[in-house]
Amino acid sequence: MLEAHLTKKLWHFTLDVEFKVENQILLLWGHSGSGKTTILHLLAGLLQPTAGFVKIKDRVLYSDMEKINVSPQARNFGYLFQEYALFPHMTVRQNVLYGLKSKKRKQDSSTDPVELLNSFGVGHLIDRYPRQLSGGEKQRVALARALAVRPQVLLLDEPFSALDKKTRVVLRQELRKLHEQWQIPFVLVTHDEEDASYLGDEIISLEKGRVRDIKTPFAGHSKAVRTDSLASLQM
Amino acid sequence: MFTHLTDWFPVLLSLRVALIAVVIITCLGLPLARLMARREFYGKEFVEAAITLPLVLPPSVVGYGLLVVIGKNGLLGKTLAGMGISLVFTWYAVVLAATVVAFPLMYQSAKAAFQSVDVNLEKAARTLGAGEVRIFFTVTLPLAWPGIVAGLVLSFARALGEFGATLMVAGNIPGQTQTIPTAIYFAVESGKNETASTLVAIITVFSFIVIFWVNRWAKKQKY
Repeated sequence: MLEAHLTKKLWHFTLDVEFKVENQILLLWGHSGSGKTTILHLLAGLLQPTAGFVKIKDRVLYSDMEKINVSPQARNFGYLFQEYALFPHMTVRQNVLYGLKSKKRKQDSSTDPVELLNSFGVGHLIDRYPRQLSGGEKQRVALARALAVRPQVLLLDEPFSALDKKTRVVLRQELRKLHEQWQIPFVLVTHDEEDASYLGDEIISLEKGRVRDIKTPFAGHSKAVRTDSLASLQM
Repeated sequence: MFTHLTDWFPVLLSLRVALIAVVIITCLGLPLARLMARREFYGKEFVEAAITLPLVLPPSVVGYGLLVVIGKNGLLGKTLAGMGISLVFTWYAVVLAATVVAFPLMYQSAKAAFQSVDVNLEKAARTLGAGEVRIFFTVTLPLAWPGIVAGLVLSFARALGEFGATLMVAGNIPGQTQTIPTAIYFAVESGKNETASTLVAIITVFSFIVIFWVNRWAKKQKY
């Protein structure tokens, strides 16, 4: 379970969100500039919140009260960047192996990268460079890279925005299957309503850094709530 | 002409000075450029301007400034003189002049190269567990490399061609501080046109080959 309360002063508004997510897909929906990417950065430790906390299975990763701030390197959060951020000077194989070569990772916690790439249907591209891949292929490789280190959470920033409609539909289905396999919290950020309704177990709509409303489409009900009453919500 | 080893002295000194200057510039310039490329702090523009100044000032002004620092009664020169060391009119002064004048070229190229590296790549490496040193050597440096090489070539060329500041702090002592540019100037001055044209030919051909080779190499480095 991932639990977080994040506040961050941005130059045009103050971000203030609170949420809890079991091994589900939490979807953060909002227009560009509503603070979605910032939330992912705060969760991953790439940015430091002004106040709040981040907890995973009762392990505190960030807390301003306890003065804890675990580095992004040690958080073990998978992060799929918007344009995938594949290392352009490395082959697909080197990209996927990159995280496994970090000293902080335990050997036994790793996955066989070749097998992982095969399972994503991109095993044959292993010696190619990112510039030789299509958008969909890049995304699969980036997913494989993020998952190769067996993360405890997967963060996805607009995973489908760079893809054409057809690929988008296919990859959405793949992502759902992937989530069923991995059984870890996914936090996905999107401005696309179709993504939201197809993928989100729980959808948080954001507006200027605040939670506007929370929906749980698969539970078949919707609730509009104020930010300050979120903590009392059963999730 | 150029049959005696001594005739080659200016060529060898120029090459040696330019190489040493580039090594110093790289060791100091790369960390500084990396720091300035990503960090914001109060007074950053001031520091930037100070670093770039030797590029825009006339070399004679830089030379004068160096004399103020390392001259016999200079700020640093006095202390060194007390220890029995004098830098002025030695080949160390030639290296110093070349380093100071060529430094901004390396710094500017390297800074632009570091800034051109997508920050998300460094962030991605962080989420994959890589430490900052590993990120620098495996992501930032390889991707900034073409720009850094451009900086290396520019600063090497500038160091090789340095004239004004060199003349002021190191003079033109044959066999000691005489470089290709100063040798050419004084050869022409004293009517030794043959020596001058030979040196001109050497430096022109050498520079051409270096730039030609680097440009060819840089073309292959596109991702």
